Amino acid sequence: MTGWIEKNRSILDFTLSSLLRRKGKNLSLFAVYTLVVFMLGSAMFLTQAMKREAALILKDAPEIVVQRLLGGRYDPIPLEYSEKIRAIRGVSTAGPRLWGYYYDPVIGANYTLMVPRTDAPPPEKIIIGSGVSRSRKAGQGDIFSFRGYDGDNRNFTVAGELSPESELVSADLILMAEADFRGLFGFPAGQATDIVVSVRNPKEVLTIARKVAELLPDTRPIVRDEMVRTYDSVFDWRGGIVVVLLMMALLAFVIFAWEKASGLSADEKREIGILKAIGWETSDVIAVKAYEGLLVSFFSFSAGLLAAYGHVFFFSAFLFVPALKGWSVLYPEYRITPFIDLYQVAVLFFLTVVPYTVATIIPSWRAAIIDPDSVMRS
Amino acid sequence: MIKLLNVRKGFNLGRPNEFIAVGGVTLAMEANRVTVLKGPSGSGKTTLLSLIGCMARPTSGRITLRRGLLAGGYFPGGADAPEVEVTSLPERFLTEVRRRTFGFIFQQFNLVKGITVLENVMLPAYPLGEAHGAVKKRAHALLEMFDLAGRAVAKVEWLSGGEAQRVAIARALMNDPPVIIADEPTAHLDSKLSVAFMEIIARLKEQGKTAVIASHDPLVFGAPMVDRVVAVRDGLIDGEGQ
Ligand SMILES: Nc1ncnc2c1ncn2[C@@H]1O[C@H](COP(=O)(O)OP(=O)(O)OP(=O)(O)O)[C@@H](O)[C@H]1O
Ligand SMILES: [Mg+2]
Repeated sequence: MTGWIEKNRSILDFTLSSLLRRKGKNLSLFAVYTLVVFMLGSAMFLTQAMKREAALILKDAPEIVVQRLLGGRYDPIPLEYSEKIRAIRGVSTAGPRLWGYYYDPVIGANYTLMVPRTDAPPPEKIIIGSGVSRSRKAGQGDIFSFRGYDGDNRNFTVAGELSPESELVSADLILMAEADFRGLFGFPAGQATDIVVSVRNPKEVLTIARKVAELLPDTRPIVRDEMVRTYDSVFDWRGGIVVVLLMMALLAFVIFAWEKASGLSADEKREIGILKAIGWETSDVIAVKAYEGLLVSFFSFSAGLLAAYGHVFFFSAFLFVPALKGWSVLYPEYRITPFIDLYQVAVLFFLTVVPYTVATIIPSWRAAIIDPDSVMRS
Repeated sequence: MIKLLNVRKGFNLGRPNEFIAVGGVTLAMEANRVTVLKGPSGSGKTTLLSLIGCMARPTSGRITLRRGLLAGGYFPGGADAPEVEVTSLPERFLTEVRRRTFGFIFQQFNLVKGITVLENVMLPAYPLGEAHGAVKKRAHALLEMFDLAGRAVAKVEWLSGGEAQRVAIARALMNDPPVIIADEPTAHLDSKLSVAFMEIIARLKEQGKTAVIASHDPLVFGAPMVDRVVAVRDGLIDGEGQ
């Protein structure tokens, strides 16, 4: 046992000086390797974190949202519809919501304007989300001027900021009073944007949704689970594009690794012959190459993964944001809650370290089984 | 005692470029003697050395070693048998024999470039699993012995021909093998260094080692410490003596 340890220590020693000998080759390997792990890791961390974020948002989302359709398009919903829905058996609450989008030409982004159902700000006061406050560099007491439906400007004073609990939803949010909202958009009295419904027994959600559709044929009920699926597919789809790109990067990497690691130079082959001639076994030679592959892999993998972690969670994935969340300029600022899925890390590990190490070992194995006497005539 | 019995070695057998490099050699080499295989280029000297040193297996014939030469390790054939036939040993035993019984000095020195002199000398001991510190100490002692103490941390490509030769000898002696095998050891040396090399061989012989050297250099086969010169021609023994 101690013999085995000493032997491997010595072999590792030799491996290290071997690696240092071919600095150029190994450094370029390290750089490319690290870059690939960095990209794959960033994509992985980001999509994972976004899925989690979405799940977080939807946890508090209403079970059913009822919209009114007119000619197959969304239309404001009459307030009395909520009474009719509340009368359905199994519905515990049903209430109207007022919200909409406002395009701010100053920063070229859409805000979500909303009237909260409780604790609405007083007239001419607004509460803004952190994304809004960052991009407009605005805080308490600052004044926002919005152009209304009639072309008149209306001024609102910032009364406070939303706590950035889940930034993905609240970043672009602005809360205001009902009268201000209706006045700004010219939203007719007696109508709301949609109606949110909660049910007593979660198992009845689908039944109640069907009842709503029967009772009010001009409406469309949207069930939360459907939204969960939509979100999932959005993030998967967005992650999916990146994953396809990165698969290509991975493929390029495999080719690169094969080229770099497998092409044993004449010098390396000769060296293997020398080692065999002075009494190294085939397995000892392969151990050197395996250590070599593992060392390069391990350090590149760790470096790449660390960089990806920093990129996504400390620098908000700034390199990927244009690709992943291009729909709003408010989001890029937000910081993702650190979260690591060990399963995915393991998958990444096996996608990079294993092929690389195999690419290192196989050619040396072929060289290592040559007869040692070949070095006697070189 | 190393015995070859009707040993033949052919290359590319059964193909158009078939070539018989050693064609039936019977030869016994005494322990603690210096034997030189002498012959023209292509006569089969290197092939014979690699067969003796268990680097390659003969096509037919047998090679036996006196059990005393097989230091360490267990070898099949009965513990009391005075001789072990190496030609029929499985590969892992042959590796063991290459490590412990023979020390090779190659024509081109065959040092590993890019690492230090010290590491080169230590290399044969790595697979044995000895304590790293002990191996290092032994390597330093060998370098001392060959006047290379000051070059221990030098890279091998900086060495002069004579120094490289001595590093190769030190490496061959690392595992303290009873038999030294040298192939054209003076091919890259001037006559002064060639004489110095033969003096080292004389010293090793005094320590009880056996040497088998292939050479057509008169400075080698004519040297006083050489006990026996075997002439090789076209893969066959072509008489004895100078
Ligand atoms: N692997 C091989 N395949 C085919 N032929 C070989 C092989 N190895 C050696 N030979 C041939 O066997 C013959 C003997 O070669 P060997 O190297 O033993 O001669 P040598 O006496 O050592 O010559 P030199 O003095 O030039 O070193 C040569 O003709 C060589 O071409
Ligand atoms: Mg030769």
